[in-house]
Amino acid sequence: MIDQYAESVLIFLGINTVLALSLSLPVSAGLLSLGQGGFMAIGAYTSAALTTWYGVPFPLALAAGALLAAVAGLAVGFPALRIKGVYLLILTMGFGEIVRIFFLNFEPTGAASGLGGIPQATTPLGVAVTVAVLLLFFLQLRRSRIGRAIEALREDELAAELMGVGLTRLKLAVFAVGALIAGVGGALYAHYALFIDSAQFGFHRSAEIFIIVLLGGMGSFWGAVAGAVAVTLLPEILRVIQEWRMTFFGTLLVAMMIWRPWGLIGRPRPVLIPRTPGA
Amino acid sequence: MLEVDRLTKSFGGFTAVGDVQMTVERGAIHALIGPNGAGKTTLFNLVTGVLTPSAGRLSFEGQDITGWRADRITARGMARTFQNIRLFREMTAVENVMVGAYCRTSGGFLAAVARLPGRLGRGERETIRRADALLDLVALTAKRDVAAAELTLVEQRRLEIARALATEPRLLLLDEPAAGMTPAEIQDANRLILRIRERGITVLLTEHHMSLVLQVSDRITVLNYGRKIAEGAPESVRRDPEVLTAYLGTDA
Repeated sequence: MIDQYAESVLIFLGINTVLALSLSLPVSAGLLSLGQGGFMAIGAYTSAALTTWYGVPFPLALAAGALLAAVAGLAVGFPALRIKGVYLLILTMGFGEIVRIFFLNFEPTGAASGLGGIPQATTPLGVAVTVAVLLLFFLQLRRSRIGRAIEALREDELAAELMGVGLTRLKLAVFAVGALIAGVGGALYAHYALFIDSAQFGFHRSAEIFIIVLLGGMGSFWGAVAGAVAVTLLPEILRVIQEWRMTFFGTLLVAMMIWRPWGLIGRPRPVLIPRTPGA
Repeated sequence: MLEVDRLTKSFGGFTAVGDVQMTVERGAIHALIGPNGAGKTTLFNLVTGVLTPSAGRLSFEGQDITGWRADRITARGMARTFQNIRLFREMTAVENVMVGAYCRTSGGFLAAVARLPGRLGRGERETIRRADALLDLVALTAKRDVAAAELTLVEQRRLEIARALATEPRLLLLDEPAAGMTPAEIQDANRLILRIRERGITVLLTEHHMSLVLQVSDRITVLNYGRKIAEGAPESVRRDPEVLTAYLGTDA
């Protein structure tokens, strides 16, 4: 019993981490999104339909869901090239609602009654491996050509463009890879929850992912991890706040913005570049 | 090398740059001078693709680049610095320079992951080596691992030059490289500009100290109220009555 409880907490911790990382990538380029729930829904429904109806092996179904979410990310990324800040938030929020309402009315995947009978395929090991791979990706990214360009884009878009960084391709890529990761999170979720309906991927889901990243800190991907740990584990440790979950996190967020606006992890520190021999 | 042909930029009814005709010769140090608000920075923004001209044409090494996006112009071989410094403030000096190498290197998300943790690829090592060499050129080797925001103003200007050089330009545009500098620091800046020219890079700079530009420039273009009022060798421009009027307000 204890084991099963611990297992479910760990799996949700892992899924929340994946979802938070999916947002931290566009955020690291200065692109805020309140539509990660939409990408998650695409990953969840696509993979669940493939495994439930056609018996497609889970890893393959997960990849298909993630790819379809990435394609949606590209589609959302195009209008996002021209707008920033609050307007981008509203645009992505609109996208999330479009996806939710699509699945609410899409008969083949159950419409309002949802999609059930999904085989259980998400295991603690699978989630752990996914999180490990993603962490490795983010660790490597910041010390690479593309990671530096993303950081430059966040700090000064105009200067980055004038240093030869093509904004169009970079922003689209960042949005699409973020959506891909959210799609993976959706597929993992669907194959643990075993039943999905459109309400699970609505605005509150996108907002929760946003809050996780905000709480943990937007300065680095470790912030997303810290936020996911806090948001998943705190309600488990402090049972009292379960009923007051959103009130508690809302208050916590207000307090953080006042006293620690950089989040739990804090301000990013510059990345040090090793000297090369002969330089 | 750079042909500016009847270039015009208007904002509403205000003409920031009007009908400017100018040619920058390969290998030159060409200065663009004029009082505050003369349109120097606007002209820079037009040439580097930050702004789109209202009328006129731009060509670089014989190719029409009018209306090109800024990153494409940089990749074509032009780079610049900014009057109000725009470094990546939270990155170290060496990382700032490495961003400049973006358009001369390759590798996306997959390349970022497809290597052993803690090990650098050959491309990355080469980028670091070149960035360190450029920091050496601008005498910032000691500040290599310091965040750009923590450098002094003079160091930040030099770092911007190194970052621009990392894009491997054939034409370098310096927007007020000596602004806010003491006379001794201006001498250092002059020496650096001459060394850059020795590397075969053409330099176009803006300035409003007449003294600095006279020392290093081969050719001077004078703007006032968005229009070209004089052009020529430093000696002749200095004696031009219209230039004296623009700067001093009288013919005295």
